[in-house]
Amino acid sequence: MSADNQYSDGERGGRGGRGGRGDKKEGAAGGRRGGFRRKRVCKFRTEKIDYIDYKDMRLLSQFVPERGKIQPRRLTGTSAKYQRKLQVAIKRARFLALIPYATD
Amino acid sequence: MATHKQYELVYIASPDATEEQLTELQTIVEGIVTKAEGVVDKVDVWGRRRLAYPIGRLKEGHYVVVLFSSEGTLVKELDRRLKVNDLIVRHLIVRVDEELQKAARAKSRRDAETARRRVARGLPPEPTPEELLAKQAALDSRDEAEG
Repeated sequence: MSADNQYSDGERGGRGGRGGRGDKKEGAAGGRRGGFRRKRVCKFRTEKIDYIDYKDMRLLSQFVPERGKIQPRRLTGTSAKYQRKLQVAIKRARFLALIPYATD
Repeated sequence: MATHKQYELVYIASPDATEEQLTELQTIVEGIVTKAEGVVDKVDVWGRRRLAYPIGRLKEGHYVVVLFSSEGTLVKELDRRLKVNDLIVRHLIVRVDEELQKAARAKSRRDAETARRRVARGLPPEPTPEELLAKQAALDSRDEAEG
């Protein structure tokens, strides 16, 4: 059945590419603190991940820094549709103690 | 099968449980599913894993993932039985068939669209093996560059 594809789907590593759209934003975000994040294109669209698995730690940890807070869309560039799905996946993962709840 | 829905159960058993207790637990779970005319599709034992935060006094847990299809009424019963069990620290049952179907539909739609565009560009609908290799190489080098 289709039970297998959800496991393999998440195994793609790496980050969303530096696309043309990503670079355009670079100048606009000149006042960024830290300066390590740039506006990017949606990872789930570029890498064609349709099902966000809440068990896929490698994927989810890219959107949850150590603090445990979910990264906002404006930092990661995730599209609204996938941010909603991501949110559910992260909350499930938290319940199962795979990801910490936000500290402080 | 018509009324069967697909569910995914993840349970975290206490790390203090012995090997026998864990297998016994698993047979209990599978027994509940099959007794209600459900089918166990896949069992994935992750084993001991560090918890991201302590649950009670525990810092580790034994994770097991069970994929099964059954009628909806079973979920309630299974949920109740898992709650009662002392060895199970935490569990989660999620319905997955709808999401997986949606994902499969999105994928087939996208594949059809790519095939259409490729044909429009005068290419064969499926990528050739050489193209796939080149793509993979590009992905790998990007991963290395970004760490």
